[in-house]
Amino acid sequence: MTIDNKLISYLEDLSYLSLADDEKVRLTGDLEEILNYMARLKELDTENVSERSHPFDNVNAFRDDEVMASFDRQLILRNAPVEEAGMFSSPQTVGE
Amino acid sequence: MKWETVVGLEVHAELSTKSKIFCACTTEFGGEPNSHVCPVCSGMPGTLPKLNRRVVEYAVRTGLALGGKITVNSKFDRKNYFYPDLPKAYQVSQLYAPICRDAGMEIEVNGNKKVIGIREIHMEEDAGKLIHDARNNRTQMDFNRCGVPLIEIVSEPDFRSGEEVLAYLEKLRETLLYLGVCDCKMQEGSLRADVNLSVRREGEELGTRTEMKNLNSFKAIGRAIEYETERQIKILEWGGKVTQETRRWDDDKGESFGMRSKENAQDYRYFPEPDLLPLYIDDEWLQRIKDSIPELAHGKRERYQRDFGISEKEALVLTEHKNISDLFEAVSAKSGEPLEAAHLLTGEIMYLMNNANITPEFLAVDAGKLSVLINLVISGKINRNAYKETLAAVFDADVDPDEYIAKQGLKMVSDTNIVGDAVKAVLAENTEALADYRSGKEKAFGFLVGQVMKKLGGTGNPELVRKALKDSLSV
Ligand SMILES: [Zn+2]
Repeated sequence: MTIDNKLISYLEDLSYLSLADDEKVRLTGDLEEILNYMARLKELDTENVSERSHPFDNVNAFRDDEVMASFDRQLILRNAPVEEAGMFSSPQTVGE
Repeated sequence: MKWETVVGLEVHAELSTKSKIFCACTTEFGGEPNSHVCPVCSGMPGTLPKLNRRVVEYAVRTGLALGGKITVNSKFDRKNYFYPDLPKAYQVSQLYAPICRDAGMEIEVNGNKKVIGIREIHMEEDAGKLIHDARNNRTQMDFNRCGVPLIEIVSEPDFRSGEEVLAYLEKLRETLLYLGVCDCKMQEGSLRADVNLSVRREGEELGTRTEMKNLNSFKAIGRAIEYETERQIKILEWGGKVTQETRRWDDDKGESFGMRSKENAQDYRYFPEPDLLPLYIDDEWLQRIKDSIPELAHGKRERYQRDFGISEKEALVLTEHKNISDLFEAVSAKSGEPLEAAHLLTGEIMYLMNNANITPEFLAVDAGKLSVLINLVISGKINRNAYKETLAAVFDADVDPDEYIAKQGLKMVSDTNIVGDAVKAVLAENTEALADYRSGKEKAFGFLVGQVMKKLGGTGNPELVRKALKDSLSV
C-alpha cells in the first residue's frame, strides 16, 4: 500500500484532524516507514506458528467487582481545554 | 405485491455491576458530571484496563439463558472512532470472538409463535454523555458513563412488524430483569435499542437498510418503525433509492433525520486489544455460571400453577415483572397462604398501583405487613372491608396493620349479642324495607344487611350478620 494524498485526507476525516501541509509530508514519511516495517515482518516464515491475538500465553486477568474512589474531579477537568459546568466543552459536534 | 418490513435489532443493556468494566469507578447513574471518572476510563496515556470478572459472568449468564453457544476462547478488540463521547478514541468491544453466538428467543404475537434468532452477544464499554447546547453552539461532555459495562445483543433480521419487535423487547427485558444482569431502565439509558430497517416487496431480496438511533422508550421504537417504514416505501414507490445511513429519531417531532455523512463514516479499523489478555472459560466456571441462573418467568409461571394451584391468568400477572413475583414469593412464604397472596397482588394491589400511578418497578410495599393482613382476614379477626381499608393504609402510609386496626376499631365483630342488637335496631328503623321484604322483594334483604354492617362500622362478621338477620325475619 502506498501513502498518497487521498489516503492522508481520508485519515484526516476519520480522525477529525486537519493537518498543515508540512505535517502531511512528515506523516506520509512516518506512515510509509511503519508500513515498510510491517512488510518486512510479513517476510518471516510463519508456516508453523499458530495464529494468536496476544503475545503472552496467560489468560484471564480479572479484578473483583468492587468500587473504589474515582479521581479528583478538578484534576480530571484540568485536561479540558474549555470547562463548562463541570463538563468538558468543545465546538458543537452534530448538525441537523 | 405487498410491502414487507424487515427489522433487525441491536439491543444495548448496561450490566448492573457495581464497578465499571475496566476500572473501579462506580456505575451508579447520575452524580455530578465527571465525578465517576479516573485515569483508566478517561483514557489517560499509560493506564491499563483490568477486566471486571462479574461482567463476563453476567454476559455468559445471559447467553446461556437465551440458549446461545458460549465462546470458550474469547477476546476483546478495539473499535477505533474519533468522537468526543469516548476520550480514548476507541471503544473496547468484541468483533472477532464475541462471548456468545447462535442464541434465540421465542415470541408470540396474536397467538402466533416465532423464534427470533440472536446472532451474537458481545461485551463492550459504554461511552460518555454529550449535551449539545444550542445557546452557544457547543457540546459538553460528561464521562461518568464511560466504561460502564454493556452487552450488545444482536438479532438476525427476523422481525416483520413493529409488534414483533415490541414483543421481543418486552420478553428480553423481562429475562434480563429475572437474570439480575440489567435494571432495564430505558429512561436512564440502561436498555437501548437501535433499529435496522428495510422494506421489500414480499418474496424479494432484502432492500437497503437504515439504522435508527436515539430510541428511548418502547413507544418511541414503535413510532419510529412505523415512520421509517412509510418513509422508505414512499421513496421506493416514487422510483427513488433508499440511502444506507444512520438516522436519529426525534420523538418530539415524530421524525427521523439523517446524520451528517461525516458521522456516518464507518471505518472502525478494528484490531485485537493488546492491553487485555484473552479470555478462557473452562468447564468448571461455565458450570458455576449455569448454576447461578435463577428461575425465569416462564418457570415461575408453571411452578405457581403446579405447586400452589394458582390460575394461569393470575400466574401471568404475577410473573410479568420481577418485582411483583419477588413480592408474591415473600408474602406467600411469610403468610403460608399462596392463593390468598396471589389474589391480593393481582387484585387489590394492582388496583391501588393503578390509582396511584405506580409502575411495578417502583412498587415498594412491606411483604411482612401484607402477610400479617392476610393471616388476620383468613383467621376471621377482620372482615374483607377492614382488610381492604387497612391494606390501602399500608400501601399509602406504610402503617402497622395491628395498630391501625386497633386504632380504627376495625376488629371483626363476631359477638352474637352485639350483632343481634344491631339487627333489632335496623329493623325498627327501616320499616319500609322490612315491608318490602315481607311482600317478596328479595332485594330488600341486601339493603338490610348493608344497614346492619353500617351500624357496626363496617366491621361485622358478614356471615353472622346474614344469619342473625335471616333468623329475625323468619320469626
Ligand atoms: Zn474509572
